[in-house]
Amino acid sequence: MASDSLFDPSLKKRKKKQVAFSEDPLGADADPTNPAPTSIDNTTANGEAVDLGPTTAHEQMSQNGRAEDGDEAKKDEDDMFADMKKKKKKKKEIPMDFQTEEGSGTSTPTTAPAATEDLDFSDMKKKKKKSSKKIDLEAFEKELNESKAKDEVDDEGDDGEGLAEIDEAELGDDPFAQGADAPTGVDAGNEPWLKSDRDYTYSELLHRFYASLHASNPSLLTSTGKRYTIAPPSIHREGNKKSIFANVTDICKRMHRQPEHVIQFLFAEMGTTGSVDGAGRLVIKGRFQQKQVENVLRRYIVEYVTCKTCKSPDTLLTKENRIFFMSCESCGSRRSVNPIKSGFQAQVGKRSKNKTG
Amino acid sequence: MSVQNLNSFDPFADEGGDPLGSSKDVGSQQNYIHIRIQQRNGRKTLTTLQGLPKEYDSKKLLKAFKKEFACNGTLVDDEEMGQVIQLQGDQRLKISNFLTDEGVPKSTIKLHGF
Repeated sequence: MASDSLFDPSLKKRKKKQVAFSEDPLGADADPTNPAPTSIDNTTANGEAVDLGPTTAHEQMSQNGRAEDGDEAKKDEDDMFADMKKKKKKKKEIPMDFQTEEGSGTSTPTTAPAATEDLDFSDMKKKKKKSSKKIDLEAFEKELNESKAKDEVDDEGDDGEGLAEIDEAELGDDPFAQGADAPTGVDAGNEPWLKSDRDYTYSELLHRFYASLHASNPSLLTSTGKRYTIAPPSIHREGNKKSIFANVTDICKRMHRQPEHVIQFLFAEMGTTGSVDGAGRLVIKGRFQQKQVENVLRRYIVEYVTCKTCKSPDTLLTKENRIFFMSCESCGSRRSVNPIKSGFQAQVGKRSKNKTG
Repeated sequence: MSVQNLNSFDPFADEGGDPLGSSKDVGSQQNYIHIRIQQRNGRKTLTTLQGLPKEYDSKKLLKAFKKEFACNGTLVDDEEMGQVIQLQGDQRLKISNFLTDEGVPKSTIKLHGF
């Protein structure tokens, strides 16, 4: 995605370049003040309303920190829906949609600098959440460890509130409460409820924890997470009725999956057949656009690549007793995945060509 | 007797050891209503609906679909998949909306295709 050409309406025809990921979170989030929002927002990613559970307080605070960004993200979400609907009606207008979406979503000439040619699969619904959550956890754990170290020192410093909170932590068996008192930042310590006698609520404490966490580590709000990116599928037309998926091997390598498995899934989902040619490209019967293949790939990743537990893409797919098992490299979970079934295939084309049908 | 029973069943056996049992659990594809799309020649497409629960009369449903979506369709009997509703054109979203409106839980509907 050439960033300079993004907002040039005269370039509508340049499908190949432009189709790249209209839901790019960076593109959507791009703000003139901070051109490269490094933290991953859930909102931008969730093009479709996939309920992935409540957002963490960390995420909320990050959102609050950049209120206008959040608004834009929301707007962008709406746009995305509109986009999808539009797409359904007019398939031809993908670049158009992209333009409008970008325009209304951000309306700023600064497009995501990071949005290079790389297809950003991390904005896929789940994916996104995934990475941000994971980062959250990592960051949180790191913070916990650090704060534990700091704990003793801090407790001496502000004995009153530290003690009170430790009490609270014992009262409600809240795993976060212990951490909450540790990093005393700017915000922590001046909450109105601190002096009162009543029991602190979980949300208060949680908020307090994150306030102090962010106060002592401002970088967390803008921390960049490593994204799961994959080059966009390059789809060319061969003749009239065949599409060529040129970089299927690259993508498979990137996902650490067997090309056969991916191809099987693609064929099953798209209800078609095809073959791999000599150059390792996949020849798909039927006309498919990059966008469509991309959608299917996203679904593949959600289903067969990302860990359902920790959302990490570092997983291994192994076959045992005719069942595929996905084991996560980062959290160690292991689960079986659905076998790929192509389901009912209706008779298309001439009957004489297909005697069994 | 009871001891024998205990012997034969090992609760800690690897779940992979029982391929049939776990595959039933894993796949559970029987419970899904699959909505698929197939490309025909040109811009034409075909939508298939497979795995309709027994409590729905697929014939009546087909009639309703045809009327609602203004398309033609047919009921295909497949040896493996059972009765499959086939509709002309891309009716995936419409079918899914229709079914959800009629009270079919959305989690049991699986939309395939691009």
